This record gives sequence, structure tokens and C-alpha cells, in this order.
Amino acid sequence: MAVEFSPETLKKFEETVGRYPKKEAAMLPVLYLAQQEFGYLGPEAIAYVARLMGQEPARVQGVVSFYTMFNTRPIGRHHIQVCRTLPCALGGAERITAFIKRKLGIDIGQTTADGRFTLSEVECLASCGTAPMMQINDDYYENLNEEKTEKILESLT
Amino acid sequence: MEKILLRNIDVPEFHRLAAYESAGGYRSWRRVVENMKPAELIDEVKASGLRGRGGAGFPTGMKWSFVPKDSPKPKYLVCNADESEPGTFKDRLLMERDPHAVLEGTLIAAYAIQSHTAFIYVRGELAFGATQLESAVAEAYRTGLIGKKIFGSGYDLDVIVHRGAGAYICGEETALLSSLEGSRGWPKLKPPFPATHGMFGCPTVVNNVETLAALPWILERGAAAYAALGTEKSKGTKLFSVSGHIAKPGVYELEMGYPFKTFLEEDCGGVPNGKKLKGVIPGGASMPVLRPEEIEKVNLDYESVQAAGSLLGSGGVIVMDETTCMVRAAWNLARFFAHESCGQCSPCREGCHWMEKIFHRIEHGEGEAADLDLILNISGNIMGNTICPFGDAAAMPAAAFIKKFRDEFDAHIAKKRCTVRRELE
Repeated sequence: MAVEFSPETLKKFEETVGRYPKKEAAMLPVLYLAQQEFGYLGPEAIAYVARLMGQEPARVQGVVSFYTMFNTRPIGRHHIQVCRTLPCALGGAERITAFIKRKLGIDIGQTTADGRFTLSEVECLASCGTAPMMQINDDYYENLNEEKTEKILESLT
Repeated sequence: MEKILLRNIDVPEFHRLAAYESAGGYRSWRRVVENMKPAELIDEVKASGLRGRGGAGFPTGMKWSFVPKDSPKPKYLVCNADESEPGTFKDRLLMERDPHAVLEGTLIAAYAIQSHTAFIYVRGELAFGATQLESAVAEAYRTGLIGKKIFGSGYDLDVIVHRGAGAYICGEETALLSSLEGSRGWPKLKPPFPATHGMFGCPTVVNNVETLAALPWILERGAAAYAALGTEKSKGTKLFSVSGHIAKPGVYELEMGYPFKTFLEEDCGGVPNGKKLKGVIPGGASMPVLRPEEIEKVNLDYESVQAAGSLLGSGGVIVMDETTCMVRAAWNLARFFAHESCGQCSPCREGCHWMEKIFHRIEHGEGEAADLDLILNISGNIMGNTICPFGDAAAMPAAAFIKKFRDEFDAHIAKKRCTVRRELE
């Protein structure tokens, strides 16, 4: 993995840092840039961000490990995140998760062999009125049942 | 009832500036910048009786008034769009469908404290809401609503949409500020309060999305019009997110003080499929659950819900019918809090995981007679012993589930199995 931003991303980095009152406040958006560029935030990416931000790698690692949306390992093209918190659970979220596990042959936290899907369970995604629901990458899929879930998975290549 | 927050929520394309302006949008902002002194604005909002809609219900105008006027440091206004309280999805609706109202409120609040940099901290997962707000901010820059010398005045204001990265705790204002400073989202002790020592030690006000979205209407129609709505201490309207076993889930705007039972049975269509109500959480997962008989005379305002032994919180109403296993519900929420504890204070870091394990073993037929008192003991030792209110938020619901549905917990322990739920596998 080439751990260096492309010239375009480097320009975005400079713009991002310039918007904030202090450079360190740009840490989260810079980590997002790095995750987009490198796919995930491994040790090399973290060391690179640390250099760019003028901080120790351990401090950057501490920030990365605190937030659930930073991936420290490669994940599938489609990151399925099924909400498991109470309102979704009342609406049958456990059935949806069980169905996806069966359908894809993977457990929570695993990625399909072809790298297409990673399955996670997550906490409340503020979509409780349309439970059960899941987020795949940036998109919400709501009012799920098994049939609908199957169609959604099949549409994602 | 005339709607304030949801008045334009169903208008197509209302996220665009043209639509928002044609409905009178940004008139309040113009009037504030052109005609109002910050002190007048603060007095107006104080007179409206508006209280923070993030959960704590602190008077908004008073919060602004704590910002020192003579500080040489920069001041920051932060819109808290980190909506994460289980059962709550009202701010997401406002951000996605009426982002300019959220932005206009943010601008008005920034002017009140004379901040020249405002942040909108959007929960990381809410990508669409963040995109809508970013577009709204870009439109506002293009048309001179924000930026340098707004409306030809001497007032400058920049707005930055900042995305979180997945951490419930960042909805707590001091944790949010730690996160905004580029750190782990760890809460800080109060005092000092953010109003004097906030982002990077500078005076900072953090206001919730719904609170801010009410400001354009209040400025347009006057504090008295807002204060005429609601009860003596809970003024105006509030959004309620309704989920769980309910015929018509969704976001509702109600005048404060609306009868809870009428709301659930008539407005929301009641519990579906002929089932009976077993319990309801009135204010998001952090608040104690109530039994059906406890909501008989409750009205949806801060004081009435508190008198019934719970709290209005974020207005996230989670309805559970008679088929719900209360042990499993308690375990589900204990697991949530164990997952989201930031790990800074020992009572919360250890206690949340401990309670989760005990609830789990009771639900799975391995509970012991002493377990319930043990949970009550742990929850009692978390309460009041942590830096931020998260500890109380984890402890209160755990204790409430046991106290209010003790028979069901006892039955699980006695029969060594779940006595309510049909097994899934």
C-alpha cells in the first residue's frame, strides 16, 4: 500500500485544515480522507496521518480506536450494518441479522470470500420509526423483512 | 395546532434555499443582523421560554447569557447534530428535510453570542443529513447569508459542517467538544462550563438541532406567541419520535403538555394487532421505563413526566406491547450502554459491562437469585459518580426495568429460561 496522499487529496487536506481554528481540530476529517484514499486505517496510514498532522502515531491511533466508523482492517465493498438496538429489536432486527448470516454464510464481523460484503451489528442509527433497518455504506434501508433484504443484497455487486 | 418545527416538512424540495426563502426563510436572520443587538436577541429568546431539546431542557437564552461579553478569546457556537439516543430520530428529519431552518437557527444563536465561527457537528453515520446541511451552507455562502460583512453589516460568520465518526458519547456537549478538537470523545468535568471554557478553552455554546430550528419562528412571530403555547414551565412545541409496537410510528410535533395517553392511543393509533401495552420509555433509552398505569395522567412536558418518575429527555418514545420480554429489553439497552461507555470513569466503564453480563445471563437461563439486587447495587454505585451524565443514563433504565417488572425477572431466574419470548432459532 502506497501510504501517501495523491496530489488531489493533498490539496483537499490543505483546504480542510485551513477551515479549522487549529490544525488538530481537522483530525476527524483528515482521517476520513485517509480512509477514503487507503481503504482502511492500518498502521502505515496512521503513521502517515500523524506525520501530516504533526502528532505522535500513538495519539492518532488513540483517536482512530475510539470511533466505530474508522476501520483498522480492510472491509468488503458493501459494509452491511444492521441496527440491533431496542426499537429495531422490537421490530425483528434479530431475524434480519440471522437471515443475512445464512444468506452470505458469514458471521458478524466477517467479510465474504469475494470481498463483496462485510457484516456488522451496530447501535441505534436514528431510524427507529422505520425499524428494522440497516445501513450499507452511506445508505439507509428501512422497514426490512427477509424478502426485501434479499433483494437489496442481490442488487449490490 | 399550528406547527412550528414541522410546518414545511412535507413541502417537496424544501431543502433548497429558493423554497425555504419563498416561505419566509432567513427573514428572521436578516432582521436579527440588521436590527437587533445581541442582548435584545438573548432577552427575546429568554422571554420565549425555549428550553434545550437535546434532553436536558436547560433554558436556551440563559445558556447564551453565560458567555462572557468581554472575553478576548474567539467564541464558538456549535449545533449538536449528533443524534444518537435510541428511539430518537427527530433531528435527522429536520436535517434531511429542512436543513435551512437548522442553519438559520445556528446563525441566530451564533449572533446572540457574537461568535464568528459556528460548527454543525453531524453524527458520522448520518451521511445524507450532512450532505443536505453542506448544500445548505454552500447556498448560504453563495448568496451572502453567511461569510464576510453579512447584509452589509460589520458582522462576519463562517459555518463548518463537521462529521463525527461513530460514538454515542459525542452527543454529550463536553465530549462533543473534545471530539471537535480532534481527540477521543471524552467528556470533561463541569464546571468550568463550555460557556466560559469550551472548544480549545474558548467560550462555546452547544445547542441541539431542534432547539435551533425553533429560533426562526420565535423571532418571526415573537417570544409571546411561543410562550403562549405549552405549560407554565414547558413552553412551545416539541418533537416526539415514536417507535416500537405502535400503529403509526414517526415524528410528531406536539404542544408541550399534551396528554401522553391520548397521544399514544389517538394520534399514534395505539398498540397494533389487538395487543396490550406493557411498558413505554418516554424520553429515549436513557430514561426510566413506565408501566401503563403510570402514564394514565401524564402530560408530555418536562415537569409532568418527571413527576411520574421518568424524564422527557429527547422525546424518544419507545412502545412495548405485552409480547415483549422486559429482561431482553433491559439486556438490549444494557448492551447498548456497555458498548458506548467511553471508558474514562471506572464506575461506568466497569459497571456497564458488568450489568450487561448479568442481564444476559438472566435472559439466557443462568441468572441467580442475588443478581437483581446486584444490578441495583451496581447501578446505584454508578449514579452520580461519573464525569458526565452517561453514567446516570445507563444506570437509571437498568434499575427501572427491574423495579417495574420484577416478577418477570424473578420468573426468568426461577425457571432458568426466558419465560416470555419465543426462541428465534
